[in-house]
Amino acid sequence: MFGRLVFESFRRQRRRKLLAGIAVGLGVAVATAMIAVATNIGDKINQELRSYGANLLITPQADTLDVEIGGVDLKPPSDGAFLKEADVLRIKGTFWKNNIVGFAPMLPVRANLQADAQSESVELVGTYFAKQLAYDNESFITGVRTTNPWWKVNGAWPSDDSSDVLLGQTLAEKLGRKPGDSIEINGQARRVTGILTTGGAEDGQVVAPLHVAQEILGSPGAVRRVYVSALTKPEDALALRDPKTMSPAMLERWSCSPYVQSIAYVLQQSLPHARVEPIRQVASTEGTVLERIKGLMLLITLAALLASALAVSAAMATAIFERRNEIGLMKALGAANITVASVFFAEAVLLAMMGGIVGFFGGGLLAREIGRSIFNSQISVEPVLFPVILGIATLVTFAGSAVAILRAMRFDPVYALKADA
Amino acid sequence: MSTTPPTRRSGKHGMFLRMLLRASLVRRGRALSALLAVVVAAAVATAMLNLYVDVQAKLRTEFRKYGANIVVVAKHGQPLPADALPRVQTALAGRGIAVPFAYVVASTNDGSPIVVAGTDMQTVRRLDSWWAVSAWPNAAGEALLGSRAAAAVSPQGQPFDLSFQGQPIHLKAAGTLITGAAEDSRVYLPLQDFTAWTGVQPSTIEIAANGSAAQVTAILQQVTAAVPGAEVRPVRQIMEAEGRVLGKTRSTLLAAAALIILTAALCVLATLTAWVLDRRRDFAIMKALGASERLISGFFAVEAASIGALGALLGYGIGLGAAAWIGRANFQASISPRLSVLPSVFLGSIMVALLSAALPMALLRRVQPATILRGE
Repeated sequence: MFGRLVFESFRRQRRRKLLAGIAVGLGVAVATAMIAVATNIGDKINQELRSYGANLLITPQADTLDVEIGGVDLKPPSDGAFLKEADVLRIKGTFWKNNIVGFAPMLPVRANLQADAQSESVELVGTYFAKQLAYDNESFITGVRTTNPWWKVNGAWPSDDSSDVLLGQTLAEKLGRKPGDSIEINGQARRVTGILTTGGAEDGQVVAPLHVAQEILGSPGAVRRVYVSALTKPEDALALRDPKTMSPAMLERWSCSPYVQSIAYVLQQSLPHARVEPIRQVASTEGTVLERIKGLMLLITLAALLASALAVSAAMATAIFERRNEIGLMKALGAANITVASVFFAEAVLLAMMGGIVGFFGGGLLAREIGRSIFNSQISVEPVLFPVILGIATLVTFAGSAVAILRAMRFDPVYALKADA
Repeated sequence: MSTTPPTRRSGKHGMFLRMLLRASLVRRGRALSALLAVVVAAAVATAMLNLYVDVQAKLRTEFRKYGANIVVVAKHGQPLPADALPRVQTALAGRGIAVPFAYVVASTNDGSPIVVAGTDMQTVRRLDSWWAVSAWPNAAGEALLGSRAAAAVSPQGQPFDLSFQGQPIHLKAAGTLITGAAEDSRVYLPLQDFTAWTGVQPSTIEIAANGSAAQVTAILQQVTAAVPGAEVRPVRQIMEAEGRVLGKTRSTLLAAAALIILTAALCVLATLTAWVLDRRRDFAIMKALGASERLISGFFAVEAASIGALGALLGYGIGLGAAAWIGRANFQASISPRLSVLPSVFLGSIMVALLSAALPMALLRRVQPATILRGE
């Protein structure tokens, strides 16, 4: 009898059930989408923060002091120590290889430019643009195009295997060179594929594939420094502690968290004769920005949950209030309060389940759409969320119905049947 | 006889008002729940819109921790004119911090080159908040040493000597500086000590300008006009990344706000529709007593609109409180109330309320009053 009551109610009042179901489904969809966005926003914004450039710098350990003013290296190019280009690849063999978004080696040298009748000594920087590399059968592409996304090229980027170069914007203006022209560097003609604008010292320099700079310096395989761009976890009190003073358990927790310090520590251990330091301007600032944005999204998600809970309760309360007559009839026929309530609660739970399932998948689609249109990448809903969302949906539907059911039950059946209440 | 006495006219209006008021007073519970739905929706909408408008300004102050976004450099390695800094500061007019830097390559005792920089210690600690400094110099003859420079010239923190073009200087190490970049290899002196020793004037002014991209561009132009001999350029690394992160955050916030406001509006729609449907007997009685359809529609429309308006006003106040709390909790700064949000919340609430009344009215209009009164 109980089952039949519930079943018939769904069969005969399809319009009403559909409306309530839509309300539950919409509420659940919004809640699911917001939870998915809030749990993913940290990763997404972290990825965007990488456009501030590298957060780790690798230099040779035995190096003399940098003599650099305004981004221009004043140290004699042969002075000081170098890293080996082959060693740099090991970055991709460390524990944190999946957190390394990209790296770019740099080798500044002095070069003589001959353009028309003028001859000029300028700084030439050798680097990777978008170099195809492989480590342990895993191939990847890295270079300044990944680590320094604010570098803009008018024309085309040179290929890393070619001997083509980029001219800095102010230098190109001074020499009157356009993309496609050629220029003589240390007596050899090189093609200028593009004009580079960075807003920094590179605007007055030549940027070339790494091997060109190594040839000019006369030391193949040499690299002066490497910029590494890594996805990190914002600093907290643990991150800033010295690993030497930690207990073993704490050290394990420290080295298994992708703090910029622990990534630097691991890189330093895997690269011989290298010093790895976090670039504090980027590394320490991105933590606070990330925390703020994550905190904001969390609070907004709470607001979304509240709004959808209210919407679901309102819809349920309305649906039940409209059925006072039925409650009156049941009671008049001798049904106990508890029986009536359980019929209605069973209906609410059933509705929540159905609305919840539809809403969960709808919310997943919504989250994906948000991810695609805003971040150009996937936002996926964790399957673990499914039972949680369903539980919350049931609870909210239950609570939303409870008030209305209790109120409806307090009416005298006579009034309810007269529809006068 | 044919003239309508004024009393009757006012009586008609009075009746209309009384019907409006009595309807909500007699059915207090139902009217309150409808009002509550509007209040909650308006509050949520106000909070979200207020946050959306204000959050950029809040995040921008966080982004300024990345340091300078405009750099003034002298052309061709010459120093800037002596009055460059005051002129830049006049152009800035308090909309940011400007810090001068002067550089020379000096030599240490063993003759190796080292970069020595002169700057204003008071402002540089505000501009470059990421500098990890053990102790700032606060007396004459004290220097701030980059961590690598310290290892080279003063490993135990002892006083050391530097010379520039034959001019020696004896310095005490006040503290060390860690940045992970070129600063680690430098020695920083207060600008006064630096110029007294080397005679070199600042060659760079770094500016952290506050405000939106358009405001920063305007500041850039004003600074360019103020220091004609110098090259003024934006730090693209900082400005582009900031624009990107801010843009993505705003879009996400907008998407979230749209979803939440939609949900809240649906909640209002459901409650108000039910409220009007619930009063189909009033509707039927009015119709049976000979009220015109226009009058009845007008009656329900005014009723819905007044609930919408009242709810919007109450919700606006509550929403401002919620936005202020979020600002306090997340940004440790107050979110200023935006009056510009009020009209859209007010009109939006009334629109949704009218729509919620219109839907059931269209349904009821087709039904004979007798059918409703019979209770079917």
